[in-house]
Amino acid sequence: MSVNANLKWEPPVRPEYEVPLEARPAAAHGAGMPAAGVVAPVSPLQRLAQAGWLRKSILLLVIAALWEAMARWTDNDLLLPGFVQTAKALVEGTVSGELPGYIGVSLAVLLQGYLAGVAGAFLLTTLAISTRVGRDLLETLTAMFNPLPAIALLPVALLWFGLGKGSLIFVLMHSVMWPLALNTYAGFRSVPDTLRMAGRNYGLGNVRMVTQILIPAALPAILSGLKIGWAFAWRTLIAAELVFGTTSGKGGLGWYIFQSRNELFTDKVFAGLAAVILIGLLFENIVFQQVERLTVRRWGMQR
Amino acid sequence: MNVLPFQVVQNEPLLKARGVTIDYQSDRGTVRATHDVSFEVWRGDRFVLLGPSGCGKSTLLKAVGGFIAPRAGSLQLDGKPILKPGPDRIVVFQEFDQLPPWKTVKQNVMFPLLAGGTPKKEAEARAMDWLAKVGLAPFADAYPHTLSGGMKARVAIARALAMQPEILLMDEPFAALDALTRRRMQEELHALWEENPFTMLFVTHSIEEALVVGNRILLLSPHPGRVRAEINSHQFGLHSAGGAEFQATASRIHKLLFGEGAAHVEETLPAGRVVQS
Repeated sequence: MSVNANLKWEPPVRPEYEVPLEARPAAAHGAGMPAAGVVAPVSPLQRLAQAGWLRKSILLLVIAALWEAMARWTDNDLLLPGFVQTAKALVEGTVSGELPGYIGVSLAVLLQGYLAGVAGAFLLTTLAISTRVGRDLLETLTAMFNPLPAIALLPVALLWFGLGKGSLIFVLMHSVMWPLALNTYAGFRSVPDTLRMAGRNYGLGNVRMVTQILIPAALPAILSGLKIGWAFAWRTLIAAELVFGTTSGKGGLGWYIFQSRNELFTDKVFAGLAAVILIGLLFENIVFQQVERLTVRRWGMQR
Repeated sequence: MNVLPFQVVQNEPLLKARGVTIDYQSDRGTVRATHDVSFEVWRGDRFVLLGPSGCGKSTLLKAVGGFIAPRAGSLQLDGKPILKPGPDRIVVFQEFDQLPPWKTVKQNVMFPLLAGGTPKKEAEARAMDWLAKVGLAPFADAYPHTLSGGMKARVAIARALAMQPEILLMDEPFAALDALTRRRMQEELHALWEENPFTMLFVTHSIEEALVVGNRILLLSPHPGRVRAEINSHQFGLHSAGGAEFQATASRIHKLLFGEGAAHVEETLPAGRVVQS
């Protein structure tokens, strides 16, 4: 037994044994889930701590309190109106119908520009996945135009389309199209080979390959592109409205902010900014999160 | 749809590979994957392509699937040349992402049926029938990401068999599973075949799996893939693993593949031979 001289202790040979398997504990039986094995349920306190909205709301409240304290300490309405004052201006503007009117104008333009950008991006990516020239075109164009701020094109747009909705839609389209095309294309390229082969195996044609395999498989990337595009469009629009104000007599949110500053209603400026943020949050949390919850998260493609 | 194998007994091989040579492009130039490979698969066969990595067995299977065109030689299914992928040759892949994650288990099985123009009602009935056969009927509405690896493999097999293909192509379908699950899947595959015989081309690098799953084994040697031998294994099942005859055949295959007493030579060889650059 002294094969291994370095071994100081020889482990003893212990008796073998078998244990008859009992029925599983009652908790694991329920709900028909195999091997659920939940021994202790999550306590209500843990559940509250896990709720993201609660943590974020507390954080927002703290920020608002800090802001209000800062404003009271500065005590200068013209430079820094407080949270309460801004909220009041926001509510008053909303009730009087002034703010919703501006928001309506902005959103209408935004939506048109956004949709135009989405259409352009899908056209470009369709070209890119079907032909080599299209791929080169997409890669070159995105490399050129993605870093170019949309607002820098505004002077040119004004020359071409005049002072109106046309030039706004043009810059919006520019701000949405490139990041979305880039994301969609990257999404298409990262579709697993196995999935493509499976599609070809079932004899799917080109169109059905795109609609039934490529688009759903690339959906996480497409959605993130749509989200980035949305944020870019929003910023571009507000900035553009700040620069040249009204479009055919009707102003948007940017114009409202600009005009309020001219009239030294700083609380209204803040209310306008708050409106921009609120609408952004609303879309992010309601529209995009719902879509994600119903699709990519449900499918386990994203956590 | 096509008739079940065995209902029409044809005294003709179903799949004929004649002198198949396949090249592929790599960064280093053209690499030969298989060289002059010929074999015949008959209806009802569980035909196994066995060999170490680099013997071109998966490439050969993809060529039969119609995904790769051979450089020389011919591949014929039922007398017709194989030119492109088609639903008469359904592939079960090794990777778990062969199941679209946005479709439930049932929708996954129905997907190729619907793509082939089967009416929805019939596709659904067939899908449920095959899901019951692989024991997954209770999970029909689950999404693939909630399933274990073995269950995903079962869905892929149910999906393939629901299509009733002329030949089922399996590309190391159990290689990504743990050893215990793999054994169980081999057992279940065998039970499915007993119940409802189909023709199968099965790729593996495990000698034991080849003996257990197949009734005939084509041995391929690597770099490039060439035919080394063709061996019968219809006498073996899961019960015979470990038996004297089983062991003898396994070591015979081992010797054929690696040579006498040279178990690990293949690892020292280059990854592939460049024939043109």
